Amino acid sequence: MRPLKFLLIKEFKQIFRNKTLLPMIFVMPLVQLLIMPLAADYEVKNINISIIDNDHSTFSHRLSSKIAASKYFRLIENEQSFKGAYQKIESNEADLILEIPYRFEENIYRTGSQQVFIAVNAINGTKASLGGSYLSSIIRDFNGSIQPEIKFSAPSSPLKRIELSAINWFNPYLNYKVFMVPAILVILVTMVGAYMCGLNIVKEKEVGTIEQINVSPIKKHHYILGKLIPFLVIGLIVFSIGFFIISWGVYGIVPQGSLLLLYAYLALFLIAILGFGLLISTYSETQQQAMSVSFFFMMVFILMSGLFTSIDAMPAWAKVIAYANPVTYFIEVMRMVVLKGSTFQHITQHVLIMLGFATLFNVWAILNYRKTA
Amino acid sequence: MDAKNIVISAQDLTKQFGDFTAVDQITFEVYGGEIFGFLGANGAGKTTAMRMLCGLSKPSGGKASVAGFDIYREPEQIKRNIGYMSQKFSLYEDLTIKENIQFFGGIYGLSDRVLKEKSTDLIQQLGLAEHAHTLVGSLPLGWKQKLAFSVAIIHQPSIVFLDEPTGGVDPITRRQFWDLIYEAADQGITIFVTTHYMDEAEYCNRISMMVDGKIAALDSPTALKQEFAAETMDDVFFQLARQAKRKSD
Repeated sequence: MRPLKFLLIKEFKQIFRNKTLLPMIFVMPLVQLLIMPLAADYEVKNINISIIDNDHSTFSHRLSSKIAASKYFRLIENEQSFKGAYQKIESNEADLILEIPYRFEENIYRTGSQQVFIAVNAINGTKASLGGSYLSSIIRDFNGSIQPEIKFSAPSSPLKRIELSAINWFNPYLNYKVFMVPAILVILVTMVGAYMCGLNIVKEKEVGTIEQINVSPIKKHHYILGKLIPFLVIGLIVFSIGFFIISWGVYGIVPQGSLLLLYAYLALFLIAILGFGLLISTYSETQQQAMSVSFFFMMVFILMSGLFTSIDAMPAWAKVIAYANPVTYFIEVMRMVVLKGSTFQHITQHVLIMLGFATLFNVWAILNYRKTA
Repeated sequence: MDAKNIVISAQDLTKQFGDFTAVDQITFEVYGGEIFGFLGANGAGKTTAMRMLCGLSKPSGGKASVAGFDIYREPEQIKRNIGYMSQKFSLYEDLTIKENIQFFGGIYGLSDRVLKEKSTDLIQQLGLAEHAHTLVGSLPLGWKQKLAFSVAIIHQPSIVFLDEPTGGVDPITRRQFWDLIYEAADQGITIFVTTHYMDEAEYCNRISMMVDGKIAALDSPTALKQEFAAETMDDVFFQLARQAKRKSD
């Protein structure tokens, strides 16, 4: 173990002398965690709506102002005709058109029912579908509020509705930050692990210092451990800064589960992902190669991890990729332990799988690292 | 010099890269304590041969043993007993002189006490006491080379391999460098050195000349000059190197 001690001393000295690496390690998580969650938000606000009111009645005015009062919609000027409103859609000024027909109020009083027309600009899919459903729910609500008034005049409407009242567990206000911040933290740790460590070894290849190591009796696993341990420590530091200062301090996300369990899983994940970085480095001759290959895998890891999209909604082939991705498991564990307070029993399977990844990548890296060309 | 004590022996040692035969069935022996010069034009196969002997490169054929260990079966034992200084400077430029010495001493398993003594002695000997805490990257090339040599023999190996150790170094520093080599040889370390400088070739006990991956001549400088009826080693080199068919790089 003595050579390992010298390898570690050397590695830490080099890291702390690196004028670019050190700020990256500490500043990157702070900045990214403060900025990214603000953008990574599924909620759609400021939907531009154009209302064509052909009725100009009390009810139609009430509906218009109800929509305008909601925080999701922004009422752009009222149009007189559908044609005018459609031009607004074409010029991208409006996302939604609501047309209230002539005799809207009268028909409601007389028959107890009336249709309105909604047209949606579906260029931006998320905005369109969410906007459409927000608008439907506002209209449903409006519907409910006028029921008592029309009961007197329209006795023949036995409208019975079942109200659904949903409770969102573990994130009661559907705050996307609560959902996203822990997951973004995972991505940050992944980048630190996979990039920095892998590039470090390739740099030694480029500079030629690895020759001097290869000609010494140093054991392969000592050398690999000497690279892995420092970056494991850095990964833990980056995570702690992000977790305690930003996630807890700034966003107020108080972990529900055991911190010990979380850190144990983090360490396991870091070993796996560092092993992956090391593996890439054993195949690369230059930092450029290592960077490109890492970048490719990083994109797959991030996009196929269930970070932005639900894995359950993926097609079968994509699910296979998602479940062959170590990042997927850590994001799940983060969300489970931090938000739900899951215990070891709940994540046993995740632990076993990550153990598999860690073993696979590191053993492969050690076997593929050759002192003799 | 004890002629019977063979520390390196190569038999038909060959290295092929695809169709190209970099080292073509070379056979030679190096005796304990001698300074063995390994000469040849650029691209003659010197570095490849040396890398095979150091266990950095797997031979394609032939046999060889270094310090009594087989290069196929016991490369790690060989590594324990040799020092190596590559053509390209390969100490850590972002570590200080002292830190480099301690690191390389440490990975060869020197104890803390020995390590402390060694590093103090070595820094004194090289006259670098004032610069012990200077980053190696900021040193002039000549100092770097001397430091690299001292680090290569810090663990008292029985053989040290030097690949063009004085390339790009001024004549005074080269002279000082050879003083270091003689000192090491006096301590019983066998020196295996490649060079392009023919004056340095004269300092060697024996010389082998490589041409197109083969050993074209092997003897003491005096004997070689006689054999080729040459005044200087330069002449010997020209006569042999001119036979080369392979283009130098």
